[in-house]
Amino acid sequence: MSARRFNWPLWAGFLLALVASFSYFAFFVRFPVTRDFPWANLLLFLLAAVLLLLGIRRGFARERPHPTRSKIVASIVSVLSVVIFAFFVFVIFIGGRWLPPSTGAPHVGQKVPEFTLSDADGRQVSLNELLSTPIEGKPPKGVLLIFYRGYW
Amino acid sequence: MRSIENSLANFNQAGIRPVAISADTPGETRVLLNSAGYTFQFLSDRNAEVIRRYDLVHAHAGEGGRDIARPAEFLVDPTGTVRWINLTENYWVRARPKDILDKAKLLQ
Repeated sequence: MSARRFNWPLWAGFLLALVASFSYFAFFVRFPVTRDFPWANLLLFLLAAVLLLLGIRRGFARERPHPTRSKIVASIVSVLSVVIFAFFVFVIFIGGRWLPPSTGAPHVGQKVPEFTLSDADGRQVSLNELLSTPIEGKPPKGVLLIFYRGYW
Repeated sequence: MRSIENSLANFNQAGIRPVAISADTPGETRVLLNSAGYTFQFLSDRNAEVIRRYDLVHAHAGEGGRDIARPAEFLVDPTGTVRWINLTENYWVRARPKDILDKAKLLQ
């Protein structure tokens, strides 16, 4: 009877929606295959949606011991799950595109501006040095400059 | 960064030196290197001067509203000439090491 009362698909769906969202930032973001397009997370969300639908059906069933309460709970949990999904879609597909255009960046064929910057130990390193210091005993064929946002 | 670190042997073999640049202080960069275990070159552009010269400033997007870099990658040959650029339109989408190494094969 108690197993009948507890709406497990609803809560499992809600938990899975949470996992679907946060596992991207905690785990899937580390691998290009799951990072560039979050298909693994969208699959988890799909599974969560199936569970939630089962949970809603159960919550709105006539033979519930507390019909009003279970309807309210099912509705609130479902809405929260949709909010989690919307947050995820927003951060990945909309927030991720909030980057300034960069029309003045060096183009292919142009020389890049020279610079000298400090490394993590405070040592000054110049671009010329990076372009000429041997890699494993051989002169480098190139340098890959990776600009990143850093800590924030 | 993680995928670059994982492909470091391939980059070394190809003669390509990855260099990461951000507006973090050397101290903040040190913390990142220690916690993440990155072993390639990281540089600190605290006042975003170089980032500005490359037109990559994401104004006020950092901690406390400071200017930081928008993500970007440049493959530069030994003469200092740009051979390939990636200015991603989505923060979550980055160039993959394999694609970069394919481009690097075109370099002398």
